[in-house]
Amino acid sequence: MKLNFEHVQAAHCENGVTRNLLKHAGVNFITEPLAFGIGSGLFYIHLPFMKVNGGPAISFRTQPGLIFKRTAKSLDIKIIRKKFSSEEEAQKALDECLQQGQPAGCQVGVYYLTYFPKEYRFHFNAHNLVVFGKEDDNYIISDPIMEYTTTLNSYELNRVRFAKGFLAPKGQLYYPEKAKEITVEQIQRAIKKGIKLNLRDMLHIPGSFAGVSGIAYTGRKIKKWRDKLGIQKAGSYLAQIVRMQEEIGTGGGGFRFLYGAFLQEANQYFHKDELLDISKQFTQAGDQWRNAAVQASGIYKGRITSQADFDVMGDYLIKISEMEKKAFQELSKVKLDA
Amino acid sequence: MNKENVPQDLGALGKLTTEVCYVTDENGKYVTELSNGWQIKSEALDVAWHDIEEKVNAAKRKVENNEASPILFFMELRVMDPAILSAYTGFWKWTIKRHMKPSVFKKLSGDKLKRYAEVFDISVEQLKTMNAHEA
Repeated sequence: MKLNFEHVQAAHCENGVTRNLLKHAGVNFITEPLAFGIGSGLFYIHLPFMKVNGGPAISFRTQPGLIFKRTAKSLDIKIIRKKFSSEEEAQKALDECLQQGQPAGCQVGVYYLTYFPKEYRFHFNAHNLVVFGKEDDNYIISDPIMEYTTTLNSYELNRVRFAKGFLAPKGQLYYPEKAKEITVEQIQRAIKKGIKLNLRDMLHIPGSFAGVSGIAYTGRKIKKWRDKLGIQKAGSYLAQIVRMQEEIGTGGGGFRFLYGAFLQEANQYFHKDELLDISKQFTQAGDQWRNAAVQASGIYKGRITSQADFDVMGDYLIKISEMEKKAFQELSKVKLDA
Repeated sequence: MNKENVPQDLGALGKLTTEVCYVTDENGKYVTELSNGWQIKSEALDVAWHDIEEKVNAAKRKVENNEASPILFFMELRVMDPAILSAYTGFWKWTIKRHMKPSVFKKLSGDKLKRYAEVFDISVEQLKTMNAHEA
């Protein structure tokens, strides 16, 4: 059995699942950038006392699950979300969903995801996909980062749904209920709310290591890494930042482009030229993140390793922090009245 | 990023699927474009796997020198840390630390060895001899 479900590839898994599930529920206007912006997906945090894989703990995104939750809530759509204590129960609930014609979003760990290349399989438990069919023992999977749909057998699917460790999915399954008609006013309100929340997260969050000031915090840290950690370890740290920034699931640099795309789409609902200008600023910030990655690669490849090179690297982030701060400040001044 | 600057450097993921990028076209309008990967990030991934390989090798030497039990080796091989291993096996982190001592490992019950072997996806025999197959 294969449900009628449109698999559309996305830049980021949670946006993709959000867009695809909401579209299935009848939310026709939704696109990936709108899901991302309404769900206020843009974020930055550098947790100073925590390590991930022995390197810095940095996240470019909001907490997993929030993009879907906020987007659905802003559009007044109820979410059904279940967690399970046993694999049997979780599988039964999934089968019931499919029998009722409901594709289901699942949170999974990527370590045992058989269709992923080995190089990508770390113990990261906040990946998202949609199950929308079952043939014999094989579940038909829409993984938004993949070009085509794929399959997992019940053993493989249970294993990733019950991955253990940080952010363990616990068989989590979710889907939106059918949407009522969504008006343009409602979309406008959702966009405004998404922007407002992002302003809070990036500009007004207290402390020095989150939001736009967090980016500069990392920049200042990087300048000290050469002395503190030695060239090789500092290089590994920078490689980790680039992975967090560029890889699927985290998507930091790419998120700036997505936010730029979101503001352009938002402009179609508000017709404020300022949005287009601010969109450009986020595009520039995204480009600058990519330039910073190029500088970082020079260091982790051992090509450039002087203190001056580390200073350039740190300054990139300090500059990006200023760019994003300015963009968000201007965004906070735009009067979004329809 | 401009549409024409989207990198097409074949990376690990690029062999299986392209990735969607949001980029601007010649009029500054956002569109999507597919990428096969970016060398900069493939190299960052290489660094991560190189670090893992070094940790695995260091663990192997420790086991051979009788400074650690094979649990350390397999934990590194499966890209785990004590927290993840604890979550999968149900043992406390401090218990796992104890089990990493060769003297304690030698006395572990078959039941406990089996729990580790299952999580590492190997046989008890392989666990004892540190003879692993590919993941």
